[in-house]
Amino acid sequence: MRDWVTNVEDTFYIIGSVAGPHPYPMMVRDFQSVIGKECLTQMPELAGRQPDIIIACVGGGSNAMGIFYPYLAHEAVRLIGVEAAGEGIATGRHSASLLAGRPGVLHGNRTYLLQNADGQIAQTHSVSAGLDYPGVGPEHAWLKDSGRAEYVSVTDDEALAAFNECCRIEGIIPALESSHALSHAAKLAPTLPREALLLVNLSGRGDKDMATVAERSGLKFYCRPDCDPSRR
Amino acid sequence: MNRIDKTFATLRAAGRVALIPYVTAGDPTPAVTVPLLHALVAAGADVVELGVPFSDPMADGPVIQRASERALAQGVSLSDVLDMVAAFRSKDAATPVVLMGYANPIEAMGVAEFATRAQQAGVDGVIVIDYPPEEAGEFAGLLDARGLAPIFLLSPTTPEARIVAVGRMARGYVYYVSLKGVTGAGHLDTGEVIAKLAEIRKHVALPVGVGFGIRDAASAQAIAAHADAVVIGSRIIQEIEASPASEAGERAASWLAAIRVAVDKVAKRAA
Repeated sequence: MRDWVTNVEDTFYIIGSVAGPHPYPMMVRDFQSVIGKECLTQMPELAGRQPDIIIACVGGGSNAMGIFYPYLAHEAVRLIGVEAAGEGIATGRHSASLLAGRPGVLHGNRTYLLQNADGQIAQTHSVSAGLDYPGVGPEHAWLKDSGRAEYVSVTDDEALAAFNECCRIEGIIPALESSHALSHAAKLAPTLPREALLLVNLSGRGDKDMATVAERSGLKFYCRPDCDPSRR
Repeated sequence: MNRIDKTFATLRAAGRVALIPYVTAGDPTPAVTVPLLHALVAAGADVVELGVPFSDPMADGPVIQRASERALAQGVSLSDVLDMVAAFRSKDAATPVVLMGYANPIEAMGVAEFATRAQQAGVDGVIVIDYPPEEAGEFAGLLDARGLAPIFLLSPTTPEARIVAVGRMARGYVYYVSLKGVTGAGHLDTGEVIAKLAEIRKHVALPVGVGFGIRDAASAQAIAAHADAVVIGSRIIQEIEASPASEAGERAASWLAAIRVAVDKVAKRAA
């Protein structure tokens, strides 16, 4: 940020989420919405119809915005965003801005923020780095307030359990971020009729998360002696 | 006439340039802030800018960010800052106090509540770094209705249309950010400043203060030759940082006194 304001003549600002000042949330949403457009075309081809429910994880909210956006006009499709409850919302160690935050201004956008009573921004926590942000894209704030999308949360432990299940049953390593969405899908599915169609955005791959998962599971990776700092 | 307009009118009549120091409220300790403000006035400050600490100071360099962190670690809130202004005001009825900070603490208090409490405390102007003029209409109106000046920043990249918009909405003075960068940066280009000041004055009738990057007598003097006010923040906070809390006010004031002498050597346009 500091580098950008200093070298504004030859530096372009690119943010990795649907947050920040206008028009960045709109630009990132439009670029991310390729996934939603593909689903809109491919769901009828592959599943015979559009989904009943779409589930995606929400930190800043870009992957969720990308898959929700082309479906906003399809009002029969329920949209569910899953925030990171970290160690539990009651503990204060989480990143659930929409569920536990209040509207405020940060980084050039007005949106739900995790903050204290004085308006200072709170420290956040999630096992997944990608969800660990005290704000959320302003369009999600609008979708929440308008009721078009619903927002729920999943804890670190629940996300890790979904991560393990997905690896074991499907042979797919999901990102810890996406594991939040999978966890909620697994929670929701048994409450739905058998023919219900769920679409989950598997927004990232979990090979980047192997070290985190191993550490949380009390496992040690095998490491060549020359890459283990303690043995050098 | 509010204290800011009165101060600039007096200075203009005397052919002098305003000297405006910035300090962060609650740094190094909450108890030091009010005496520090009085010491800065005694050393020649015409207006004082008091920073409201914020957890995410996006426009500030590392020096002011550290000051903010020191204040927040001691629990300084916007409400405390207003109390400090009221305490300052009880012994100084003349020197304008301008609060400078970010939108979120003000929004958390409530904008109307803030405007009322700021007026009661004796605040004269408010700079909200992350309220661009396009979003500041309601807030500026609330301040203006209470006789407080909404003060805006202009930068080297501010387009002419926005200078015009700021010229309509601003009261008190406008604050020209003299470089592309954060507070306390070290690459001030005086020539560039002079050219932009001429453009600003085409659209803004208010006095123009220049800050961000003024760090010694020479740079203060170079800017004073062209601006209506010289604003200095990070360099004063470095003095405070380098002193024990008990001497911070004295050290900052004696540093500022030398700048006052330098600025006063600049002969100004006739009133």
